[in-house]
Amino acid sequence: MQNLINTVVSNGDAEITFGVKDLRPAGDVRWCAGCGDYAVLAQVQKLLPELGVPRENIAFISGIGCSSRFPYYMNTYGFHTIHGRAAAVATGLKVGRPELSVWVISGDGDALSIGGNHTMHLLRRNVDVNFLLLNNQIYGLTKGQYSPTSQHGQITKSSPLGMPDYPFNPVSLALGAGGTFVARTLDRDLKHLAAMLRRAAEHKGTSFLEVYQNCVVFNDGAFEELTDKATKPEKVLFLEHGKPLIFGTNGNKGIRLDGLQPQVVSLETGEYSADDLLVYNERDETLAYIMANLTYKPDFPRPVGVFLSIDRPCYEDELVRQIDESRKTVKSQNISLEALFTSGNVWTIS
Amino acid sequence: MKPTYDIDHAVIRFAGDSGDGIQIIGSQFAAASALTGNDIRSLPDFPAEIRAPEGSVGGVSSFQIQFGAAPIYTAGDACNALIAMNAAALKASLSSVAKGGAIVANTAGFSEKNLRLAGYVQNPLEDGSLAGYSVFAVDITKMTALALADYKTKLSSSEIERAKNFFALGMIYWLYHRPIESTAEWIRNKFSGKADILNANTEALFSGWDYAVNAELFTVRYHINAAPLPKGRYRSLTGNVAIALGLTAAAQKARLPLLFAGYPITPASDILHTLSSYKRFGVKVIQAEDEIAAIAATLGASFGGNLAATASSGPGMSLKIEALGLGVMAELPLVVVDVQRAGPSTGMPTKTEQSDLLQSLYGRHGEAPLPVLAAASAADCFDVAFEASRIALKYMTPVIVLSDSYLSNSSEPWRIPEDGELPSIEPHFSKGAPEHGALKQGDFKPYLRDPATLTRQWAIPGTKALEHRIGGLEKLANVGTVSHDAENHAEMVRVRAEKIAGIANDIPLAEAFGAETGQTLVISWGSTFGAVRTAVEQMLLQREHIAHLHLRYLNPFPRNLHNIMQKFDRIVCVELNSGQLSQVLRGAFGEEIIPLTKITGQPFKTDEIKSFIRETLAHQTGVDDVRFVLEGLVPS
Repeated sequence: MQNLINTVVSNGDAEITFGVKDLRPAGDVRWCAGCGDYAVLAQVQKLLPELGVPRENIAFISGIGCSSRFPYYMNTYGFHTIHGRAAAVATGLKVGRPELSVWVISGDGDALSIGGNHTMHLLRRNVDVNFLLLNNQIYGLTKGQYSPTSQHGQITKSSPLGMPDYPFNPVSLALGAGGTFVARTLDRDLKHLAAMLRRAAEHKGTSFLEVYQNCVVFNDGAFEELTDKATKPEKVLFLEHGKPLIFGTNGNKGIRLDGLQPQVVSLETGEYSADDLLVYNERDETLAYIMANLTYKPDFPRPVGVFLSIDRPCYEDELVRQIDESRKTVKSQNISLEALFTSGNVWTIS
Repeated sequence: MKPTYDIDHAVIRFAGDSGDGIQIIGSQFAAASALTGNDIRSLPDFPAEIRAPEGSVGGVSSFQIQFGAAPIYTAGDACNALIAMNAAALKASLSSVAKGGAIVANTAGFSEKNLRLAGYVQNPLEDGSLAGYSVFAVDITKMTALALADYKTKLSSSEIERAKNFFALGMIYWLYHRPIESTAEWIRNKFSGKADILNANTEALFSGWDYAVNAELFTVRYHINAAPLPKGRYRSLTGNVAIALGLTAAAQKARLPLLFAGYPITPASDILHTLSSYKRFGVKVIQAEDEIAAIAATLGASFGGNLAATASSGPGMSLKIEALGLGVMAELPLVVVDVQRAGPSTGMPTKTEQSDLLQSLYGRHGEAPLPVLAAASAADCFDVAFEASRIALKYMTPVIVLSDSYLSNSSEPWRIPEDGELPSIEPHFSKGAPEHGALKQGDFKPYLRDPATLTRQWAIPGTKALEHRIGGLEKLANVGTVSHDAENHAEMVRVRAEKIAGIANDIPLAEAFGAETGQTLVISWGSTFGAVRTAVEQMLLQREHIAHLHLRYLNPFPRNLHNIMQKFDRIVCVELNSGQLSQVLRGAFGEEIIPLTKITGQPFKTDEIKSFIRETLAHQTGVDDVRFVLEGLVPS
């Protein structure tokens, strides 16, 4: 059967000639001045021309929230959908058009509250989309209610006496849902952000990237100690594949495992050296869980980087494989409408 | 030689325990009847429980079929014959047997335990309570065992006992002159590789026939001529299978891939199952994590240029409504099937109702009109699914297809469209580079409309130079960028409504069947078609001043609908709800509508419609100047 889609789309093998400026939209970007979303937008725009994907083959899908405005600011194909459903819309697009590069831009409310179910199942299915969770730990667009990643006790418009519930740890959630690529980065560490975006884009399968993103209006400074030059070395642990877990001012601290329990050790007392530290392996799911669990532990630095990167077949590839295989088992004429209509008991009235 | 009587139609029902193979012999009887050229309509009825207790009334499975020498529209009001395999089956089905009808009862199913489970104090076969019926009491279980005496060493006694359904079928085949060979062949295919079971079932089938010939049981047999059906090849299908076929055919005719996403729900799940088995036809099926994900995924697929569809039932439809609003705003093609069931909430999931009409027409936030079509019969589900796809693709809009539990399960012959009979569907993708090679950013206007249809452009990802963004925010007219301008919003609300209203120019005019003008116009929609058409035919044969208008298109209505309504003194609207279409018609046309409604979870009976019109409305009969076409109507 001729597929009409093939009559309009480009075959994608032309030279990739677009640049950053081609990705900038005609209209204004309308995030608040100083919003962390700008950094993500700029880094994504910088990355895309380097990926070897034609601009027309890129689609950004979002739900509702400040970060979900993202598609409007990217001169690619884009679909600004409804609250929480971007992952499901993206699943349909990717399954229907596996050759596209599909990106989901979501926030903590969109992805983890109203759209939690879809986020979970996107990860479980391992649909090959890049999922950017712009986590500002607050509802920004609706002006300041606590979100599922706000902190226990946090004072917000809807929690004047402090948030009564406890936050999700998005990385643990993504690992628990079966994510094959789970990473975290910071809006104010552009180098790391760029590197993580590239890793996410290059991973085949659902790439879940949590970006700690500052909301200047309703939750300013939420990640201050992770991004401030003075505190960052003590408070952030960079996970790097094949490297020992070192942090601290001048790299004077590390993480070692005591059984399955991580512990912070000093490299200055002579008791431990870098050789005693845990060497991170991003293909080890157990290590990913252990590191994810450090997220809200006050005595540990906050891990960022690639927690897990493993290979598992993608949902849409499995679906296409099933179609291809069932076609192999029947003669080609049996995929006609005639064959479909006459399957079963047929009789003739003459 | 027993005498044969010619009759023009008959209704029979097979009933027994869930494990008695009732659905098998019912569908075999339907297939054999189709082979003789009779028109048929059948309705299976099985317990809502997965494994209902054996021998209980709640565990009765039945299969009713009407077959005739003239067009048949329903599975029949009252049965001429009931084949009851046990006491519970009799209890559950007796009310559907016509007075004077035949009851063939398997006496082995009327043991003390059977009677107790069915709630009988005395054996109804012996206590005279069936005096108004012709009772044929036969120990079918014992007769089957005798016929299969040679198999005692090869098969277990329960395997032999299980063949009794074919013994019963053989008897009834003789009674109604059905061809036995097609079922013998079916048994050969079904049990190939299990020689003993194959032979035993075949032996039971022919033994049942021989028993009916020889035993002093039936004194007459019946013959029914072939119906004047259109020539062609036929197969039988249910409403759900017909929808799956219709969507698949539409995708092929539009040369688009079909993507279906669904979530399991009674009674729509068979659409999901059927399409899942169409992998070799390239159909992509996503079993989504919930109803919302199912419709959201179809919107994504539609954005990507696929023919996309989802199916659900009432509660699932409610979950899809927010996404339907996005479909209307984004103006993306999408088919949403609602196989209605009795509601609200979980309601009665296996019972039928037409109570989602108002939800389909109006159940959205904001003003979000979309086309709504309803299928009249199981076979019509094919045409409606195909037509809904055509409208969705041509007008870039979600379309709702209404079916219901009754259509989803009932089966009927479907004439297979011959090559070239199905129209091709032309989606209109916007062409990208090189035609638009010189387009500068912002030059492409995704909401620029075709002046004739008001349809916006469909520019799919992958098309060079047409990169653009759509979404749920209000669009600037033509340009498609976000706009909060007051006048623009007013214009866009209007243009979206005009686009849908304009579809009235692209659908067939309504036709009244029967009188052209006169006393009563009966309006129906959806699955009530069969009962209403039968009632009106019968009344026309009594030369009553009546006509029937069946609506396939519920939004927009056919342009001549009001014109036809004005030709009649009064309008009766028949539907399985509390009067939803009546309310819509009153609002649309300002005409008085007399509702005939039913909210029991059961389909209408023909007699209920006739007697309502005749008694409640004191309908005049014997009018001489009725102008209608009698052709094809067979006096009963």
